[in-house]
Amino acid sequence: MSIQNVSITLNASGDARPLVEAIRADNPTATIANLPSVVKIDAPGRLVVKAESVSERLGRTWDIQELHLSLISISGNIDQDDDEFVLSWGAKS
Amino acid sequence: MKLDIRTSAAEPRRQAYAYLTRRFGEDRQATRYEEAVFDLQSTANFHYRPVWQSEFELYDVKKTAIVLADWYVLLDPRQFYYATYNISRAGLEAANGKAFELSEKLGLLAELADGARARVLDTILPMRHYEWGANRILWSICDRGYGTAVTSAAAFAAMDRLGMAQVITKVGLALDGQTGSSVETAKKAWLDAPEWQGVRRLVEDSFVIDDWFEAFVAQNLAMDGIIHRFVFDELRMAIRPAGGTGLVMVTDIVSDVFADQARWIDAVIKIAAAASPENKEKLAGWFETWTARAVEAATPLAKHALGDNSGEAIERLSRELSARAAKLGIAEVAS
Repeated sequence: MSIQNVSITLNASGDARPLVEAIRADNPTATIANLPSVVKIDAPGRLVVKAESVSERLGRTWDIQELHLSLISISGNIDQDDDEFVLSWGAKS
Repeated sequence: MKLDIRTSAAEPRRQAYAYLTRRFGEDRQATRYEEAVFDLQSTANFHYRPVWQSEFELYDVKKTAIVLADWYVLLDPRQFYYATYNISRAGLEAANGKAFELSEKLGLLAELADGARARVLDTILPMRHYEWGANRILWSICDRGYGTAVTSAAAFAAMDRLGMAQVITKVGLALDGQTGSSVETAKKAWLDAPEWQGVRRLVEDSFVIDDWFEAFVAQNLAMDGIIHRFVFDELRMAIRPAGGTGLVMVTDIVSDVFADQARWIDAVIKIAAAASPENKEKLAGWFETWTARAVEAATPLAKHALGDNSGEAIERLSRELSARAAKLGIAEVAS
């Protein structure tokens, strides 16, 4: 059985670009689809957004709550703390 | 009738401007910062050489002994261009305005004990002239430097220093009942008081450093690392228990901006030092020379302001500055 995808969909905006780049760098298995005005990112089983990676690309401290300014939709269970926003399926390991 | 709603994607013909695709390839979108910085510096067709400095072209990489194959490696980690810089500073300025308002409402600056108030007037207030000097140096780096990556950031830093001078002036005006007498006394201290003459001489000498990168190291790392930090990190904090909470509050913006600038300064020096052993050697030499002079200039000022504890304070700042320089790769790690 293949692993079910988790997914996050973001605005295709200048604000979200460092976010997408950080996700691309931190999730080698993710596939990124550039659709009209949205970016949909799928990853098998697990996808992580690291605040540190985004801050580095943005050049300032990025609060994980800022994710919501660019967020359109997600699928997966959320586990969020100050450093990471993780999407996954199944029980937390 | 069946309605079929479909989306059709319009692919942009190009992802970025040509001057950016030449650097990064066709498929990469550029950020606003990259658009505002990369390859904007004029590089050719300067026509006449300036009459006042005919050994150089108008913009010339040879105006510093530092050699870089590409001057656009000196990027600002804060990614400041006009908009991001202004948004960042407008936030700080609004917070500072609030702090001044609250301090005025509660009369916090009036709580300064007599001795502490005298220190603010004779040691913090004259720093507005030092900050203005730093503003001059940073503008001249913007003028003589090469590559928009470093020159535009230098212009922002120059404005920051003017802002710091303004905050100091506002403190003076709050203390003298908006008459400006404190500012005049501070100018007299800057010009005549013996404890200030070392610092004034150093600031004036820094105006005539030929090599702009040397001026960068002298001002931003050496002089600020000792003199600016002495006044704002050592003296200001020493004043705090003597009714100086209001003072710390209204001048907090200075620390915020200073810490923010340090990220840029460290990045520029680190990258330049890592580029070649020759660069590293030059930067290390400049750092050593100007730090020694900054310590020498700050010592009488520190003695005047802090008395017997001053030696310890200056020593601590020197140690911290050496550790910072070691991290940047231009000094030996302190044992």
